[in-house]
Formats: sequence, C-alpha cells, structure tokens
Amino acid sequence: MKKQTKNNLITYAIVIAAYIILEILMLTGNLSSHMKGLLVPMTYYAIIAVALNLCVGILGELSIGHCGFMCIGAFTSAFFSRATSESLPAAPRFIIALLIGIASAALFGFLIGIPVLRLKGDYLAIVTLAFGEIIKNVINAFYVGIDAKGLHFSMKSAMELNMDGGDTIVNGAMGITGTPHDANFTIGIVLLLISLFVVQNLVNSRDGRAIMAIRDNYIAAEATGINVTSYKMMAFTISAAIAGAAGVLFSHNITTLTASSQYFGYNASIMILVYVVLGGIGNIRGSVIAACILYLLPELLRGFSTYRMLIYSIVLIVMMIVNWSPKVIEWRKRTFGRIGAGRRKAA
Amino acid sequence: MNKFKRVFSAVLASAMVVSMLAGCGDAAPSGSGAEGSDAGSSSGGSVFKIGAIGPFTGAAAAYGNAVKNGAQIAVDEINAAGGINGTMIEYKSEDDELNAEKSVNAYNTLKDWGMQILVGSTTSACSIAVSENTKSDNMFQLTPSGSAEDCVKYDNVFRVCFSDPNQGIASAQYINDNNLATKVGIIYDSSDVYSSGIYQKFVQESEGKNYEIVSAEAYTQDNNTDFSVQLQKAKDAGADLVFLPIYYSDAALILTQANTMGYAPTFFGVDGLDGILTVENFDTSLAEGVMLLTPFAADAKDDLTVNFVKQYNDKFGETPNQFAADAYDAVYIIKAAIEKSGATADMSVSDLCEALKGAMTQIEASGLTSAKMTWEASGEPNKEPKAVVIKDGAYVSN
Repeated sequence: MKKQTKNNLITYAIVIAAYIILEILMLTGNLSSHMKGLLVPMTYYAIIAVALNLCVGILGELSIGHCGFMCIGAFTSAFFSRATSESLPAAPRFIIALLIGIASAALFGFLIGIPVLRLKGDYLAIVTLAFGEIIKNVINAFYVGIDAKGLHFSMKSAMELNMDGGDTIVNGAMGITGTPHDANFTIGIVLLLISLFVVQNLVNSRDGRAIMAIRDNYIAAEATGINVTSYKMMAFTISAAIAGAAGVLFSHNITTLTASSQYFGYNASIMILVYVVLGGIGNIRGSVIAACILYLLPELLRGFSTYRMLIYSIVLIVMMIVNWSPKVIEWRKRTFGRIGAGRRKAA
Repeated sequence: MNKFKRVFSAVLASAMVVSMLAGCGDAAPSGSGAEGSDAGSSSGGSVFKIGAIGPFTGAAAAYGNAVKNGAQIAVDEINAAGGINGTMIEYKSEDDELNAEKSVNAYNTLKDWGMQILVGSTTSACSIAVSENTKSDNMFQLTPSGSAEDCVKYDNVFRVCFSDPNQGIASAQYINDNNLATKVGIIYDSSDVYSSGIYQKFVQESEGKNYEIVSAEAYTQDNNTDFSVQLQKAKDAGADLVFLPIYYSDAALILTQANTMGYAPTFFGVDGLDGILTVENFDTSLAEGVMLLTPFAADAKDDLTVNFVKQYNDKFGETPNQFAADAYDAVYIIKAAIEKSGATADMSVSDLCEALKGAMTQIEASGLTSAKMTWEASGEPNKEPKAVVIKDGAYVSN
C-alpha cells in the first residue's frame, strides 16, 4: 500500500472510530447532554476547517472570508427548508437543501474567484475579508416572504413586501427563524467523511499535484504548461462548496439563523484559520483534530466561568508553541525518539 | 539534563497558575450554589433548580450580567425567607457570549446540572434557539428579556418583558393619545432584531393615527457613529418628534449631534433607551425632555424598587437596569406559579412544566416592572407600559 493511501485511511479510521465510540457512549447513556449538543457543531467546524485547509494549505492562498461561503450555504438551504417545511418530508427536503446550499456556495466561490484569484498573497486575503463582510451585510438587508401569490422580495423592510397573510421567511436582521432541525451527528460525520474523501483524493490526483505546483512555484508551474487560473478556480470553488456544506449543517442544527458577526464575521473566519494553522497548514487530518479540540476547549472550561477565555488564549499559545516551534519539535524528537528507539531495542 | 529541568519547572509553574485560576474562577458560582444546597439540605427536602443563561462576556455583557445578578438577588431573598413552600432554590447561571449556538450549549450544561426551570435566555435570538430544546424536553422557560415575537412561540415559554411588537404598538398609541406630534421621524438600527422589530410594528400601527411618519432612516452597527444624514432628513421633513427604537449608546450620539445642528424635536424612545443617563462623557442635560416607555426606572420611589436598587448596589456596586428588574421579577413569577400549582421539587421536569404552564395563566404577579401582570396561554404578558420623561437628570413618571 502506498504511504499516501495509508495515511488517508488512517484519517478515515480516526473519524469513524470517534463516531463509533461516541455513538456507543450515547446509546449506553454515558454522554452528558452538554457533550451531545457539541457533537454536531464539532463536525461542521471540522468540515469548514478542511475546506479552508484546501484553500490555504493546498492552494496556498490565504482566505479570511471563508465564513462568508458558510453563510451563503446556511441561508440558501435554510430558506429552502423553511419554505418547504410543510410540503416535503424531512429526508428529501434535507438532501435538496444540502445540494442547494453546496451549489450556491460553489457558485459564489466561482464568481468571487474570477476577479479575486488574479491577486496574490495579502491582496487576496483582504478581498476575501471584504467579501465575507459584504455577504453578511447584504443578507441583513433582505426581506423575502411567501404568500398565495408567490414570492415577495424587498430590500427596505418587511412592510414593503405587500403580502396578504403569508409568511415572512427572511426578515432582514432577524434572519430566518424556525428552520427544521434536520441535522444530526450521523449526517455531520457522513458529510465530514465525504469532504475528507473529496479533498484527500483531489490532493493525490493529477489536478492536486498541479495545484500544489502552483503553490510552490507559480512561475515554474506556468512554464510547464499548467493552466494556473483554471486550477486555482477549481480548488477555490471546491473549497467554497465544502464550506457551504458546513453552513447547511449549521443552519439545520440551530433554529435561529442571523447573519451577524459572531457566526459569519471575520472573527469567525479567523477562528477557522486558527484551526487550520494549529492543525498544520496542508495537513488535512490535523485540521479535523484541531477543530474538534479548539471547539471543545472553551466548552470544557465552563467550570472556570469568566476566566475560561483567558485560559483558552493561554492554551492556544502553548499549543502553537508545543506543536510548531522548531526548538520544541527538535526536543520532542530527541526525547520521544529515544523512548521509541529504546522500545525497539527491547523488542 | 539542564534543558529537562527547565521544561519541568515551566510545566510545574504553569500547572500552579492554572490551579490558582481554577480556584478564583470556581469561587463565584460554587459560592452561590453552596448557599442554596446548604439551605436545601437543612429543610430536609429536595430543591428547585433554576438556571439562567445570558451573555456574561462580550458586547452585550451588561445585559447578561444584569439578568444573572437580578435573579441572584431574588433567589437569595426567597431562600432567606424560607423558600417556595419551604423548598429552597438552587441557582446557577451559564454564559452564552450572545451566540445562539453557545446558548444551546449553556442550556445543555445546565440540564446536566439538573436544572428544572430556565430563566433565559437574555437575548432574543438565543432565547429562540434555546426554546427549540426546552420544547423537546418540555422544560418550563421564562425569558426575562427575550422580546422578539418568536421567543414565545411554544406553549412552554413565557416572558416577562414586552414583546417588540407590543412596544411599537404602545408607542404609537401613546403618541396618538397624548397628541405629542403631527409629524414623526424615525431613526432605527436595521441590523438589530430588536430595533427593526419595533420599527415594523410602529409603522403598521401608525396608520390612521393623528400624526404622519415623514421620514424613516436606518443605520447599522457598522456605521453608528455619524447620524447627521438621518437627522438632517428628519429635520428637512419637518418632524417635530423623532422616534428612537434603539439602544441608549447610539441614542446618546444622536442627541449630541442633534444639539450641534440646532435641531430640537421631542425625542421618544422605548426601553432600550433606559441607561442613557449613565453613558460616559454624555452631557445629560441634552437628554432633558426625552420621553421613553420603560417598565422599570431605578429611581422610582416605591419600596420594592428602592429595596432592590439598594441591594443591587451593595452587592454588585452598580445601579440595576431594566434587565436586572425583569430577571428579579421572573424568579418571583416562578415562585408565584409554583405556589399556585402546588408543584413540588420532586416532580419530573416535564410534569413541573405542565403544572406551571397551567398556573401561569391564572396568577397575577406584581413586581418591579409592573404592579399587575397577567399572562395569556400564548406566553405574552399583559401589563401597562410606563412612560417616563427625563427631567433634571432623572426619570419622572409622566
């Protein structure tokens, strides 16, 4: 078996093992309701971390507006589910909502990519930042309602919809409330496995090698005849689509969806970037693990009450140093390497 | 070896720091919890476990902390007076950082602790998200300050404060009944649920009233520093009253800028304006004559308010706002409902909820935010809005 394939299989195995252990704990009633509530958020943050790692680690373009794609996925799918919550049964409704969320996020990823991917480095980061903010603000100004006559749309206020009766679905800053609670842990894990499958296979494919060649040396890649723009677009669009899937899970896990900064602003995007950086840029498995740990951490520290944010920051600094400082890596290798060597000798 | 020693000492030092912090952090919640449990064991029976959720950190920390502290005072008072039908209350609060997702996490944490009744969440969006969970667990939820319409859409959820629409309706009626204006301008925050909710209902209700709306200008939280455009439009349209369904920090800026441009209409606000006199570096003389509909004024002279404000000041070193009063009332309302239904602490969460749901529509509570409150089965409170006007730097009932 190739080393790469083996590595990928380990990643799937970790996710599936975690799923089985948690399911057993749940079935035997050993999991607190607090932990149960954290499972679905953990999966969607892991998914968006994988998406961002594709953009930052594999494509090598810094994006700090990825929550914008998540926002699009969340709103389009929630809109669909909310509008059809009475006319469609749960399973097909969620599948269609998922496809709609992914497709619209991918579409926006593509459209944004056209001008943006002509930029490099810091410039791209700034533009994605701006994009994330635009999405948030535009959605905050949307009013959409449905009545017997069909869809009504306004960007001024709910009164301008001129509906007789009917149902206001997107209510400006109030967002969408009452999205059916369709997401669960199993769906989250399945989506996480699918996104891992997509990203890991992309990386090992011919296209993936082209994308990484662009990251490593733009000029050399272009000189060997790689179509730089189209490969960049491809990676960026796939990344946006996966982020959209995370958004679908988000909006179907929580019944109030508002396009406010704490979920989709640049702080949230940078949070995702932190997951990616801690897990290792370009290391897909690391992203999943880092996202889970960093999402769990503040929740597990609830016992410390208001000090938990302080402790969280300290832990973040310590983790970054322990994981990525060259000196510490060297020391780790020496200490643990010796233990490993000793064990080998004994055996 | 030398390096090993260094690392070892660093690990030990950080372990010490963490354990110290742990000690500090734990002190506050366990202190309050311990009181309840001690008292509970002395009465021999079990305890009512009441939980509260709100933002204790971040941008809206003032509201969450007010709710936490207000409820704490009520719980302490009730326990000191012998509890509810002799059963003590145990109280615990969790932070949600103004984030609906975290609010659900906080709810689950409290559930693991054994919460039977929820006072929360403090803010609308969080409250709606949590109500989805209380509904499926059938837990009784009383939100002190979740004012959006959807907060009480389930039958197990009730609220203490006015709903946003009710504030809009009440404001429109008040302006009409007291002939306050002929032309009304509105400045509201379109990025805020609370503000746009009141605005929408106010406009709908204004139809057929004795004034007309001549300007309605929006701003968002991203551009809330300069209001000269909005004010100029209201001025050009000849508005003699400007309706401000917004929070006090923005309103303070609006009043200052209106003063600089020499525009002096009547300013009329809702309960979000409560607190405008405490804004730092704000010339309170500019707020003279501002009217607001608020359920609670900290300088009211009735015994209940005076006592509450004094206790709050002694304990937490600040003057309580409307949120603290709502939470204080919420705990007493729960007490009244438990007494009315004869519920006991050993009932299951779901049975307790059924009992309290029935009792809520029958009780008539009086508290800080109103002398007489009753509830519909829909969860909406019936109470009179109080209008106050600011005179000589203080609220005066109108």
